Amino acid sequence: MGFFDRLKQSLAKTRDSLAGKVESLLKFSTKIDEDTLEELEEILITADIGVDTTEKLISRLREKVKAEKIKSPEELKEALKNEIINVFPEPKFDIIPPAIILIVGVNGVGKTTTIGKLAYKFKSKGKKVILAAADTFRAAATEQLSIWGQRVGVDVIKHQEGSDPASVLFDAIQAGKARRADIIICDTAGRLHTKKNLMEELKKLYRVSEKEYPEARISSLLVLDATTGQNAIAQARIFKEAVNISGIILTKLDGTAKGGVAVAIASELNLPVLFVGVGEGVDDLQEFDPNAFVDAIF
Amino acid sequence: MAFEALTQKLEAVFKKLRGKGKLTEADVKQAMREVKLALLEADVNYKVVKDFIQRVTERAVGQEVMESLTPAQQVIKIVNDELTRLMGSKESRLNFSPSKVTVIMMVGLQGSGKTTTAGKLGLYLSKKGRRPLLVAADIYRPAAIKQLQVVGEKIGLPVFTMGEQNPVNISRAALEYASRHNNDVVIIDTAGRLHIDDELMQELINIKDAVNPDEILLVVDSMTGQDAVNVAEAFHNKLQLTGLILTKLDGDTRGGAALSIKAVTGCPIKFVGMGEKLTDLEPFYPERMASRILGMGDVLSLIEKATAAIDHNKARELEEKIRKEDFTLNDFLEQLKQVRKMGSLDQILNMIPGFSPQKLQGVEFNEKELVHIEAIINSMTKEERLNPSIINGSRRRRIAMGSGTSVQDVNRLLRQFEQTKKMMKQLSELEKGKKKGRFKLPFFNL
Repeated sequence: MGFFDRLKQSLAKTRDSLAGKVESLLKFSTKIDEDTLEELEEILITADIGVDTTEKLISRLREKVKAEKIKSPEELKEALKNEIINVFPEPKFDIIPPAIILIVGVNGVGKTTTIGKLAYKFKSKGKKVILAAADTFRAAATEQLSIWGQRVGVDVIKHQEGSDPASVLFDAIQAGKARRADIIICDTAGRLHTKKNLMEELKKLYRVSEKEYPEARISSLLVLDATTGQNAIAQARIFKEAVNISGIILTKLDGTAKGGVAVAIASELNLPVLFVGVGEGVDDLQEFDPNAFVDAIF
Repeated sequence: MAFEALTQKLEAVFKKLRGKGKLTEADVKQAMREVKLALLEADVNYKVVKDFIQRVTERAVGQEVMESLTPAQQVIKIVNDELTRLMGSKESRLNFSPSKVTVIMMVGLQGSGKTTTAGKLGLYLSKKGRRPLLVAADIYRPAAIKQLQVVGEKIGLPVFTMGEQNPVNISRAALEYASRHNNDVVIIDTAGRLHIDDELMQELINIKDAVNPDEILLVVDSMTGQDAVNVAEAFHNKLQLTGLILTKLDGDTRGGAALSIKAVTGCPIKFVGMGEKLTDLEPFYPERMASRILGMGDVLSLIEKATAAIDHNKARELEEKIRKEDFTLNDFLEQLKQVRKMGSLDQILNMIPGFSPQKLQGVEFNEKELVHIEAIINSMTKEERLNPSIINGSRRRRIAMGSGTSVQDVNRLLRQFEQTKKMMKQLSELEKGKKKGRFKLPFFNL
């Protein structure tokens, strides 16, 4: 199955609920009036796009309706689609070895699983990957990552539960240098962005990377659960401030969640979505393409 | 800040309403638009918001304006009543089996926090004198069984495992094991699954049929968006849930999911997860949550926490002092020590009326800072502690030197102390107001 089909399939639910409503709305209205726009607004909000971003999108759409003399509902739909696509910044994420990738996010979003999938992706491209089990807080997180390491066939650097995450990363960096790894992927403990001390701990991981491996390119990726509502924006903002997030991995898009908050994050923080998680299998991580994303929605 | 908490949004709305002699229909409409936007931003489900707004508007514009309240207070009261009603009007307890082993089944999406919550619930019940058995029935996620074992070890509870066998068999065997080993509660930790995964949903139905649980609890991430309703409805339709547990409520989520799920499924919220520690599980009190959303603070929870952690005599002394507003730096120090026993500062601050963390800008509450605070107060003379107003520039410098901090730190502490005093005053006024049976709102005295 091609990428497009997979994405489309996994977004089928989103499409049914969102586009279904758009279709039925547009079918009954032959001309565009304020009511039509207001109802579009509602549809976007129920997709978790959020009040602010929805209002921005709709007001731009309103201008377009005037400027381009949009008359038919089909044209309106195309225009809205384009508005959403335009919100996403160009994803800039290329791995130039040696690289360190910090995987961060709140609890339960799927960081460890995503790392397994990422490791598989990079390994399939012929890269040598080392995983750092720096989630030393959650019970059995290290074991979970180790199992993924075995599945994918990459080394995992680990310490005891409760040890300092920075020391795990330090060892992983030494191992990475010695074994000539291309990419070190660092798992981190889930933390709510409001916990100041835990965010400081995360900054320390970033500093350790800079200090111990100056030649390496360091990037931080934020893992977001697609079922999350507007709190995701606060998460993205604060993680971005802490460890300079370069992009988002949107997980659990195979449910009925709309993932619309990604549009809000792109709009407010100019953060691209890089990958989407669409299942529990090792190859269920897809590169994100805004065109396909929006096409699959409508 | 663009993303204010729901509480602050509503406060802002009602600030606009306040001071008007009478509420016109247009006023109510304006306020309701703001309430609607706030609720939507809080991730309350769209349909639930619509219903809510309609009900509140009807009541607000209608005849129900009491003489004792200003119209703005009246609107707040109605919004508060309706919020409380929406979340269930009274606290809901667990159902225990009267004769045999009580079976509790934990279900939910991936990553909602089932395993951690199973541990928390086990600890909670064992503190209440029960003898729970944790059952590892998540055979899919790597190391999930191990995770439950580690959790069980931490809290000193037995964990039943049978490797990666069929979860139905595991659950059945666990029940037998429990009756043989004198465990009176069995908590089954099932694997996370999507509500649209028919195969795995069937597995839950099979477990349910096999062990006939007294409680089927859906564990929901409180940060969930509009989809919360679909998830809860699907689980409810398949399993007839008996209740919900909201997790990760210690973050800054506005928690609209709580409102929507309750409204759509009718299932009561039985517990909330409030932190990373295994003791951070609390019963859910709907009226307290409504008050918290409205910025009236969670005074009841605060007092309850205080009585659980604080030495009773000291608590009585403190209460007396609060009442008399005779609160010194010595008490502040003592209180800080007690507070540390109650939990993290963020948790406690969230419960204080009209006192959202955002309001404390410039006042950093960091756990480590408590050590500095202690040092600073210890470096003061007795007189200074009793009467901080005498602390002038040179005293400040001396205190800073003595405690190894800076003058800025000393200033910040003194500011914090003043704020605490103010807050204490509010708290005691609120208490007094309650005694007189009046509906009094702290943010009207600001």
